Amino acid sequence: MSAPVQTSQTGQTGQTVQAGRAGGPDPAPVRPFLEMKGISKRFPGVTALDNVDFRLVPGRVHALMGENGAGKSTLMRILAGLDCPDEGEIFLDGQKMQRLESPRQAIELGIAMIHQELNPVLEMTVAENLFLGREFVRRRLFVDSRAMRREAVKLLDDLGVNLDPDRRMAELTVGQMQMVEIAKAVSYRANIIIMDEPTSAVTSKEVDRLFEIVGRLKGEGKCVIYITHKMDEVFAISDEITVFRDGRYIGTYDTGSINEMELIRLMVARDLNEMFPEKTHQLGDVRLKVDRLTRRGAFADVSFEVRAGEILGLAGLVGAGRTEVVEAIFGVTPPDSGQVLVDGVKLPCRSPRSAIASRLGLVTEDRKLSGLVLTMDVHDNIALPSLPKLSTPLGLLKLKQAAKETARFIEALRIKTFSPKELVRNLSGGNQQKVILAKWLATKPSVMIFDEPTRGIDVGAKSEIYKLVVDMAAEGVAVVLISSEMKEILGMCDRIVVMRQGAGVAVVERGQASQELLLLHATGLGGREDGPPDGRQGEERHELRP
Amino acid sequence: MSSALSRSLEGESRPAFDWKQFLLKYNIVVVLLLICVALSVYTDRFLNQENIINITRQVSINGILAIGMTMVVLTAGIDLSVGSLVAFSGVVTAVLLRDHHWPILMVVPMSLAAGMLLGSVNGYFVAYWRAAPFVVTLAMMTAARGMTFVYSKGRPISPLPAEFLFLGKGSLGPVPIPVIIFLLTFLAGYVILRHFRIGRYIYAVGGNETAAVVSGINIKLVKVFVYSFSGLLCGLAAVILTARVSAGLPQAGQSYELDAIAATVIGGTSLSGGRGRLWGTLIGALLLGVVNNGLDLMEISSFYQQIVKGVIILGAVLIDSKRHGS
Ligand SMILES: Nc1ncnc2c1ncn2[C@@H]1O[C@H](COP(=O)(O)OP(=O)(O)OP(=O)(O)O)[C@@H](O)[C@H]1O
Ligand SMILES: [Mg+2]
Repeated sequence: MSAPVQTSQTGQTGQTVQAGRAGGPDPAPVRPFLEMKGISKRFPGVTALDNVDFRLVPGRVHALMGENGAGKSTLMRILAGLDCPDEGEIFLDGQKMQRLESPRQAIELGIAMIHQELNPVLEMTVAENLFLGREFVRRRLFVDSRAMRREAVKLLDDLGVNLDPDRRMAELTVGQMQMVEIAKAVSYRANIIIMDEPTSAVTSKEVDRLFEIVGRLKGEGKCVIYITHKMDEVFAISDEITVFRDGRYIGTYDTGSINEMELIRLMVARDLNEMFPEKTHQLGDVRLKVDRLTRRGAFADVSFEVRAGEILGLAGLVGAGRTEVVEAIFGVTPPDSGQVLVDGVKLPCRSPRSAIASRLGLVTEDRKLSGLVLTMDVHDNIALPSLPKLSTPLGLLKLKQAAKETARFIEALRIKTFSPKELVRNLSGGNQQKVILAKWLATKPSVMIFDEPTRGIDVGAKSEIYKLVVDMAAEGVAVVLISSEMKEILGMCDRIVVMRQGAGVAVVERGQASQELLLLHATGLGGREDGPPDGRQGEERHELRP
Repeated sequence: MSSALSRSLEGESRPAFDWKQFLLKYNIVVVLLLICVALSVYTDRFLNQENIINITRQVSINGILAIGMTMVVLTAGIDLSVGSLVAFSGVVTAVLLRDHHWPILMVVPMSLAAGMLLGSVNGYFVAYWRAAPFVVTLAMMTAARGMTFVYSKGRPISPLPAEFLFLGKGSLGPVPIPVIIFLLTFLAGYVILRHFRIGRYIYAVGGNETAAVVSGINIKLVKVFVYSFSGLLCGLAAVILTARVSAGLPQAGQSYELDAIAATVIGGTSLSGGRGRLWGTLIGALLLGVVNNGLDLMEISSFYQQIVKGVIILGAVLIDSKRHGS
């Protein structure tokens, strides 16, 4: 650490804060509610936070921005009492403390956190999850589930979330789980609410609702910390923005005083040119043909074709059955009828093993559940589906070759890890996502299916991934892309199949595609606020069990 | 790559040697060494060639079983049938030798096959019926014990040919044959886990079964493999045991499964699967052996020995949960 540089930097950023505040609309709440000063946190081999500052003013929404692995979640974990800092001090409401001892203490001090990686108790009901650790008790002993239920209904209604509190968490979609987590955080009546990528898996409708909630919290004079990689959300909701880069504090800015390009430059310290790469290559023959694929209760008669070099988008609301379709193609949950042809050869659709053998790849949408083996290291995770290729017929591993392969992908995707031997669980969320991408790219597929591939990935990495996908297509891979981000679908795809309630309802060519048109087909009605009439678009079962 | 990374690599902020990290990582090695030092200070009967060889000989059977157990536990399973399979294979071995006069070179593979067969039955039910490993192997533990008693009519089977007894009692130079077999088994287990595809699959299945399936791994095969391998090692341990006690005993191997689990857990393998190292199990087995030996040397009754063993197991698990805490 070079001390002089540090001080000058802090001095500089201090000015930025001053400037930002002076330009703010309301000069009254000068005294910050929370101040974190000179926080450092080191992990073996990594400096996650290097002398960073952070402060919150009541009644303002504070966005925390930075690339994957910049240290955002780490700082929030410190604030929520889950990690202790190596250095630095925390002032909460003027009171100084070295660190927060435990999550419990954080909650008592009015700090609630919605975690980036959801960890609900899947076998419990929504109500039980909401009040986990503070169950209502009757006569000091018996859990009062009726009262809990009542409270849960009130809470969910209050937030406008349409959910039965008796449903098991396992039956919910990731988006719905996230709404439960949000409801839980709100219910603590905390003064500081941390939202670490709360919208990485929710529908636009749920995002609207979340924004309403955030607006209300702000009106009540609470501090909201909002972490996201979605630029439009930052500018829609935040009042001020703090930027981290590589574990260092870069500055705090008024949202009004900065534009998207400037913000990106602060985050990545380089200029990003076009987000979506140009596609110039010719399309080849049909590679993947899906014919009247049906799984009862999930989707029916879905047909489409993807040609070599083509990127086909699957658009639709969350719950439209897109994930189910690709899981059926891949054999995770085999279809009831219909067939899938790869290069004219029928795919059995019985197990992922046979799909991989036919050179299919699937980046699943849930990294913890089906994407990664968290107890294994980065190298092993990347190599996992390629091991048959990386070993002799008798199963003896070619370790050197495997190491070279994985090192290549770690570099190509710029996965931020101390070493390939680092456990993936220690990587930041976005870097974990990159590991999943790497693991499938390493299988050299001829058909590649991406289910929300850029979930939780920063802008810089996103454009790298887009380039990677286009490069793959240019080499003749047929690509299927599922995304809830309209921009991504519109920017990447040659053709878009729109799904609604388990059926393919429209095919839109690149030239004609627009956000409005896609939404029109996806909802079957019109604008985004409508949704399917029975409000069932969240009914997608989130199951991925063989 | 990132500057934060290079900074921390060169930076003086990071001490050259992180004692805490080291101790947490190699805690059992340190504990084992401490106990050895303490014992050699306490009594001069501990640190001599004869005693050390004696310890390794005693450790070898549990060590062999613990290797199979480690693989099972790595897939988030457990094998309670180990002791019964040892007894079963041992009786099969003894009957083939005494009543059918089979040559040793054929008897040994038969013992391994007998263990592996029952082990694969475990694996079949765990993998294809998705039955809980605890229950399946508990049933096998009871059933195999019963089969052993039926087959042997409840009587010890002896005498056995002298050449066979060499496998349990003999030595190659100073090194007892069982120890050689143990070390070879360890090597085989290590190579399987580190250098073979199936090894990675074992870790993957225990770490996240769904992700393993999606990655194209045949998880059923992996499960059948680990239980069969554990059974096979039971057959191997049975050969040594039968040769050592000069008889096929139907009541042999009682609570061997618990010792094997203990060695595995002390060695740092997580019972929830996906995490653990084979060398840890080796040290765990040695630790148990040294402690038993030490308490013997100190002439402490075997009742107390059990208490000490319990404390060690608990201690190991506590250290482990501290290491992987939060
Ligand atoms: N327990 C840990 N052990 C080792 N390294 C860790 C641990 N937790 C975090 N790190 C490292 O600290 C750095 C910062 O991680 P953090 O999760 O805070 O990033 P982030 O800004 O939240 O990124 P993302 O946008 O991807 O979520 C990363 O390089 C990560 O690998
Ligand atoms: Mg994060």
